[in-house]
Amino acid sequence: MSLRDGPFGTLKVPLTWTAAVALIVAVVAALAFLLGDRRETLRASAYDQVRRAADSVTRPVGEGLSAPVRWVGGVGDYIGSYIDAAGENRRLKIQVAQDNQWRDEALRLREENARYRALMGVKTDPPIPMVFARTLTDARGPFSNTRLADAGSDKGVIEGNPVLAEHGLVGRVTGVAPGVSRIMMLTDTESRTPVMIARTNARAILTGDGGPTPKLAYLRSHDPLVEGDRVTTSGDGGVYPRGLPVGVVVKDLDGGWRVALDSDASPIDYVQILLFHDFSQLIAKASLEPKTLPTAMTEEPTAATPVPPPVKPQAGATAAAKPTTGAAASPSAPGKPAKPGEARPGEAKPSAAKLTTSKPARDATGAARIDAGAHADRARQGASAKPAADAAHKPGGKPPPKPPAAAPLHKPTPKPPKPAPDQEAAPF
Amino acid sequence: MPANVARQLNPIRWLGGPMLLCAVATLLLTAPIRVGGLQLPEPVFALVPAFAWAMIRPSVLPPFALLLLGLYMDVLWGGPTGLWPACLLAAYAPVLVLRNILAGQSFVIMWVWYAAACALAFGFGTYLLVLDSGAMPSLVAVAWQFLVTAALYPLAHTLIERYEDADVRFR
Repeated sequence: MSLRDGPFGTLKVPLTWTAAVALIVAVVAALAFLLGDRRETLRASAYDQVRRAADSVTRPVGEGLSAPVRWVGGVGDYIGSYIDAAGENRRLKIQVAQDNQWRDEALRLREENARYRALMGVKTDPPIPMVFARTLTDARGPFSNTRLADAGSDKGVIEGNPVLAEHGLVGRVTGVAPGVSRIMMLTDTESRTPVMIARTNARAILTGDGGPTPKLAYLRSHDPLVEGDRVTTSGDGGVYPRGLPVGVVVKDLDGGWRVALDSDASPIDYVQILLFHDFSQLIAKASLEPKTLPTAMTEEPTAATPVPPPVKPQAGATAAAKPTTGAAASPSAPGKPAKPGEARPGEAKPSAAKLTTSKPARDATGAARIDAGAHADRARQGASAKPAADAAHKPGGKPPPKPPAAAPLHKPTPKPPKPAPDQEAAPF
Repeated sequence: MPANVARQLNPIRWLGGPMLLCAVATLLLTAPIRVGGLQLPEPVFALVPAFAWAMIRPSVLPPFALLLLGLYMDVLWGGPTGLWPACLLAAYAPVLVLRNILAGQSFVIMWVWYAAACALAFGFGTYLLVLDSGAMPSLVAVAWQFLVTAALYPLAHTLIERYEDADVRFR
């Protein structure tokens, strides 16, 4: 028996009401999608399979659409260059003359920088690998500013990679599929970029709002800006490396500050995707590996405290001449005594001496410095990292070894040992 | 009323055709085109059928068609999923409620009503985005997209004129 033959066969529901019910269901579904959206996160799972598939499908379509645009643009540039050839030639001659001066200045500064780096033992960041890509589509509405680029997971691109155009930072990758990736522009309403003012090092958050000039929010000092200040990434948070060019500060009509983006200087047809994952790329991997921590010591007077074996002064001087990383130079580590010559005059605190003895090599990386800092923190907090000399002054504690390790802690040597030849400052 | 009169309103023609055209037009305008160094505007083509479908007749299918169109726009533009479906339905719902008042008015007045529906959609989108991301979108950018979308009313008028009399029950 069909429904029409049954008791409900004559029941008529007004179409307007069914349309209203359908409308409500659709609205609920839309809001559910909106609540479940996690576009702003950098998690790969937030960029779901549907979006990946859609981006993969959009890629060939976008390539087909953008190709004629490029051809037409190329023809326009070709014709325009013929019309403007004489004027452009004049401009370029002036620019070349100015650029030559800058080149000489840059060469001089590069050489000077290299010497300073050699003197200070600064280790520069290694270059970050990058892939080049062409933008295929461009969403430029007020609610979303994104682009599709034709380089994806097959080229090593991952979520969070910074994207640069010819003149500056463009945004970051928020979704990746094979052969294609989605770039969230700095102007997108969900874009938040930690930046700093190059002149003052003042920190701020660059906040996109769908317009061409994103806002500077959370400025961390009192009126630190002047119109025209350069803005770069600060590296805070670890999403972007430090120092990528972003733009120039401009004043808003309401008195706030905005940034005119460098990347707007030319069409964003080609981009460079930096394969930057986090700061571990910028430091030596070996320094991140776990090291042997010093033996734990307690404040308990009766507790047995390991004492480093006495070391001959000559051996200590040799160790001072060739400093090592913090863990290796810990005075509590057996066989690695404190370097007597490194305690500065006037330093009476054992922890300070410990900090000094655990100082890493001068050319060590950032990780090594962090390691030294961790040792210093432990020393300040007390017992677990106090050197044996401190325990010797407590009742029941073992006497300090004579004289090399303990002596510098309380009676600093008036003359530190002469550093090894390789540690000496090279003459200018 | 003979049943065959109502059947003249083929869903593929009055729903599928405009949907397809909107999807293609939206896709075409995502190309990174610059004219004279300026980017092209990005109108929301889907607001045209959102207004026209509500004027033509109440039906179960248009809300879901708008849901699909909105999701398509979100995926294509990379925006928050569900934002544009909600905006399109926010424009569709009041027009559906007021269709008896709106029907039969002049071209210019209907254009004003269409612009009001678009303003409602963009206002709702702005509100949802503020709730979702905590950031206020640029009102200049919103106004610019609203203007280029409001300029599309002649397309909606064509669609309404074509199918308004197809189902005499809703004249």
